[in-house]
Amino acid sequence: MSDKMIDVFFFGKKYKVPENLTIMTALEYAGYQLVRGVGCRNGFCGACATIYRIKGDTELKTCLACQTKVEKDMYVATLPFFPLVKQPYDIEKITPSQAIMMQLYPEIYSCVGCNACTKACPQGLNVMQYIAYAQRGEFDKCAAESFDCVMCGICSSRCPAGISHPQVALLARRINGKYLTPKSKDLENRVQEIKDGKFEDFIQVLMNKPLDEIKKLYETRDIEK
Amino acid sequence: MYTDENMLASIEKVEAARQNNAVLEPKRMDADEKDTLLQTFHPDYIQNQFAKLEIGPNKGEKAPLELVDLLQGKSRVKENQFNLDNPDYDVDVLIIGGGGAGTAAAIEAIGTGAKVLVATKLRMGDANTMMAEGGIQAADGPNDSPAIHYLDAYGGGHFAAKPELLYKLVTEAPEAIQWLNGLGVEFDKRADGTMVTTHGGGTSRKRMHAAKDYSGAEIMRTLRDEAINRGVTIVDFTAAIELLLDNEGKAAGAVLLNMETGEHLIAKSKTVIIATGGAGRLHYQGFPTSNHYGATADGLIIAYRAGAKLLYQDTLQYHPTGAAFPEQIFGALVTEKVRSLGAKLVNKDGVVFMHPLETRDVTAASVIRECKERKMGIETPSGGQGVWLDTPMIELKGGEGTIERRIPAMLRMFSKYDIDIRKEPILVYPTLHYQNGGIDINADCMSNIENLYVAGEAVGGIHGRNRLMGNSLLDTVVFGRDAGRNAALHAKDVKVGKLSLHHITKFEEERTKAGITSETLSPKLLPSYTHKKK
Repeated sequence: MSDKMIDVFFFGKKYKVPENLTIMTALEYAGYQLVRGVGCRNGFCGACATIYRIKGDTELKTCLACQTKVEKDMYVATLPFFPLVKQPYDIEKITPSQAIMMQLYPEIYSCVGCNACTKACPQGLNVMQYIAYAQRGEFDKCAAESFDCVMCGICSSRCPAGISHPQVALLARRINGKYLTPKSKDLENRVQEIKDGKFEDFIQVLMNKPLDEIKKLYETRDIEK
Repeated sequence: MYTDENMLASIEKVEAARQNNAVLEPKRMDADEKDTLLQTFHPDYIQNQFAKLEIGPNKGEKAPLELVDLLQGKSRVKENQFNLDNPDYDVDVLIIGGGGAGTAAAIEAIGTGAKVLVATKLRMGDANTMMAEGGIQAADGPNDSPAIHYLDAYGGGHFAAKPELLYKLVTEAPEAIQWLNGLGVEFDKRADGTMVTTHGGGTSRKRMHAAKDYSGAEIMRTLRDEAINRGVTIVDFTAAIELLLDNEGKAAGAVLLNMETGEHLIAKSKTVIIATGGAGRLHYQGFPTSNHYGATADGLIIAYRAGAKLLYQDTLQYHPTGAAFPEQIFGALVTEKVRSLGAKLVNKDGVVFMHPLETRDVTAASVIRECKERKMGIETPSGGQGVWLDTPMIELKGGEGTIERRIPAMLRMFSKYDIDIRKEPILVYPTLHYQNGGIDINADCMSNIENLYVAGEAVGGIHGRNRLMGNSLLDTVVFGRDAGRNAALHAKDVKVGKLSLHHITKFEEERTKAGITSETLSPKLLPSYTHKKK
């Protein structure tokens, strides 16, 4: 831990914390026992959406608290919950066409192109672009562009059109994963082969061998290059 | 960007040796070499870090000190504190835990028409599943079979897995992948649909399926979305702090705690599924962890108090490559896929000291030996140490752009601290990653307590005493689904008797009789990282 201490403001209150901590560890250093606004602590879950401003600067910035270092005179407020719109649907019954977006998330067509979503994304994603792909029913492109989304919801908090971007992207990815990318023939075959009992004898023979023989088989098994 | 002089000098040696190291095929260790290495350097073999359990179903067996303290801890509630006749929830299946296993269970359970409640300590999906990066195994390649998968996992786990559980894992694996893909989980595929697969440590075939290095996140967000689509009732920020039994000693619900208001809630159910995950946040032996904030072994604690038997509670997995630098991500997971794609482990002189795809326990022990005994580790500015994982080798081998395409999360994680893993190596050291042991179950996922099912990392015995990469994401899906289905179908025949918390009084009496005086309250629920100011 660094010896150099800096002033930061959590929920408007001033604390002195080591300069090299993340916002999350600085909150804990200051004495907060976190329950909300903390998750995987590693940039994957999106639980720690956070808003901050640097003293003297008017701009409100957004980040994930577990991935961002504190700065001198940083004013921090964590955002514990985003009431995003999530429309229910039956993945088996939807059609992978633009119509499904019009039906479930019509507000995406009210996008005014302000790009506030993109500017706010802590993952650096081109959020407005993936919404444009969703509008046009280009789900494969929307899926690729949004893939690294951790669903923190910060984009939606800035959207004047009321779009729940992460939910739109998740629908696009599920459509892409299920309907648009080709099925794996090997996988289909193998599932059927197992159902037909094709491998049952092999595995039973192996499982019924004495331990010494299994050990020998393991130590001498050939390993694919 | 590195600035420390010692590290920079060492990086020069790594760079100078890179071309030769990249094409090197290091020898693999034989069985005796591995045994000696593990017994000398693996943390599971450090005797004074374990204690004998003095009470409970595993009395006389050893467990990590921190776990013993909690398993033998005091309940947070008293037997007659609540009126159990008017429960707040009355359902068919109560699922404790909203990670991969709990959510897969919920989807299958509600599919049978059962009334399902998921109680989760944090948010649905805030779990180790979300953080799994590298992939998920399934023997679907033409050169592979469930039997080969079985042999790899059985040997990798030191021949200690329960055969019937491992059999289920490997034979249901391809169907689990098909199920996930059918829900819309995106897997890395070639244009013709063929799965892009890689090796993991200890695999003899390339059977690791992935969604870049967001494999767990992609699975978890899809499962969560599906559970919501199907109308599963989810109560978040609500932990289970005791199981409820009925007058016949069968599991019949739980006492829940609203983590924010402190309010207690009573959930009555016909069957219960524990899917509470692992224990990394107990920081055994002072190790950092790659685990989720909520991973404090709660399910093991409440099940043990109710009489459930544990299996292999003394074996933990230390992932060989946790981030050792920079300090802000100390202990964070550096996926094994980095080694699958060609990066080797290199010491401070630029020497490759082992085959990068040995099993995790062997690799972790080897890294510890390189630092502790051979003094060939690299010191970090905060006083820690590590060895290099030479990531630029990946691009040498796979061509420019491989890192961005295959491990974008790793690229992103280090770039936040100005380290470009395409050009510079990264410093790693073992981090507490997985609980190999857990609650003992049969092939139907039921524990020795009637109507108490278990799935996911809270289960012991699927993997034996060490787990291969990609088999835990797999077990959350396979055992999660099975537990959900079995618990829901079995619930149709269950008639719940009178609810009781008498077992916690009995446990307290055992504590007294054994002379245990610790005041530790358990389960722990959350780690405490607040600054200990005077």
